[in-house]
Amino acid sequence: MAQNESKIPRVVEQFESEILADWTNVLVGTMGRGGGAISESELRSQAGEFLNLFRRALKKGDLDNIEGSAWTDARDMLGNLSRSRGSQGFTPSETASFVLSLKRPILTRLRAAHEKDTEGLANDALSLTDVIDALGLYTTEIYQTGREDVIRRQQQDMLELSTPVVKLWDGVLALPMIGTLDSGRTQIVMESLLQRIVETGAEIAIIDITGVPTVDTLTAQHLLKTVTAARLMGAECIISGIRPQIAQTIVHLGVDLEGVTTKASLADAFAVALKRLNLTVTKATNGHTHRA
Amino acid sequence: MGEFLLVTIQVDMHDQLALTLQDDLTAQITKTGARGVLIDISSLEMVDSFIGRMIASIAGMARILDAYTVVVGMQPAVAITLVELGLSLPGVRTALNVDRGMKLLVTLRGESIEEDDADNAEA
Repeated sequence: MAQNESKIPRVVEQFESEILADWTNVLVGTMGRGGGAISESELRSQAGEFLNLFRRALKKGDLDNIEGSAWTDARDMLGNLSRSRGSQGFTPSETASFVLSLKRPILTRLRAAHEKDTEGLANDALSLTDVIDALGLYTTEIYQTGREDVIRRQQQDMLELSTPVVKLWDGVLALPMIGTLDSGRTQIVMESLLQRIVETGAEIAIIDITGVPTVDTLTAQHLLKTVTAARLMGAECIISGIRPQIAQTIVHLGVDLEGVTTKASLADAFAVALKRLNLTVTKATNGHTHRA
Repeated sequence: MGEFLLVTIQVDMHDQLALTLQDDLTAQITKTGARGVLIDISSLEMVDSFIGRMIASIAGMARILDAYTVVVGMQPAVAITLVELGLSLPGVRTALNVDRGMKLLVTLRGESIEEDDADNAEA
């Protein structure tokens, strides 16, 4: 497809305002259906800016390679656009159709420009389709990457959120675990617990698994590892919050929890911890506060 | 320190050093008649399976020579490594710092005077 045969750049340049008008009409039409989280004027200005960049890129460079330097500006703009669409909650097809809907207005103008030259029209139509499709794919890809970033960030947040180590008393730490325990999480749990043991000099750590939905052999193994590591550092672990089903599962799985203190509730575990530290809870005679 | 020996490991242990430590320590226990050994590994940043096993065997030897071993100040990273290596060091007593380790030794010593082998089963 030689450059001199193609009428695309010329057509786009010549009819820029008409194409823009047609295109924005289509865009506004689709936007009306989609409910629209973006204002019409914003959409118009985005369309105008992109068409301008598109025209310049056409003038400069080859149509077959949108990775080329001629397309840098247009690509950057599309990238930003699809990223912002992604965060505004647009669907992938809505985002991609921004570019894809440009095809029809240009094709209409091309048909008029070529008149009876069907060969040239077919060639131009092909190359135009290629370019627009490539741009559409690029948009979708950026959109997807944006989404994946969001997911990754949320995953990270979840990891950090779900592993707090709280201090119950001087020398007593508690670790309320919530959610499924996989290897990655257990590693973080273990590290944060051990780190806190060093920082606070706690002698007893209570791991509460009330919020853990199921325990399988792997989870139990992770728990045991944490307990052992804490013991190696000189702190004792108590596992609490074992629900009836989990107790059954643990026994059926043949997991050996011997040597680990287990309690049904966090309160029981805390009582044990206080006892180990030679502390008692007594009722104050003149008030209703409890002191240890 | 009284009837206890205090071993502080300040450098990264390599294999030969660990073997030397084992020799020295057993010799010292016999010579001084120490009843407890406190090994401070708070400056130890890295361990391998050999060092892990070494710590366990030092504890075992000390026990035979009638001395308790307490390992103190293990770093979280070291603890995780040992657990991942499958070395849970059964029979080795641990404490968070030298202070607590000393208290533990004194308690153990007190128990062993009262009841000679009460701790054997537990260890």
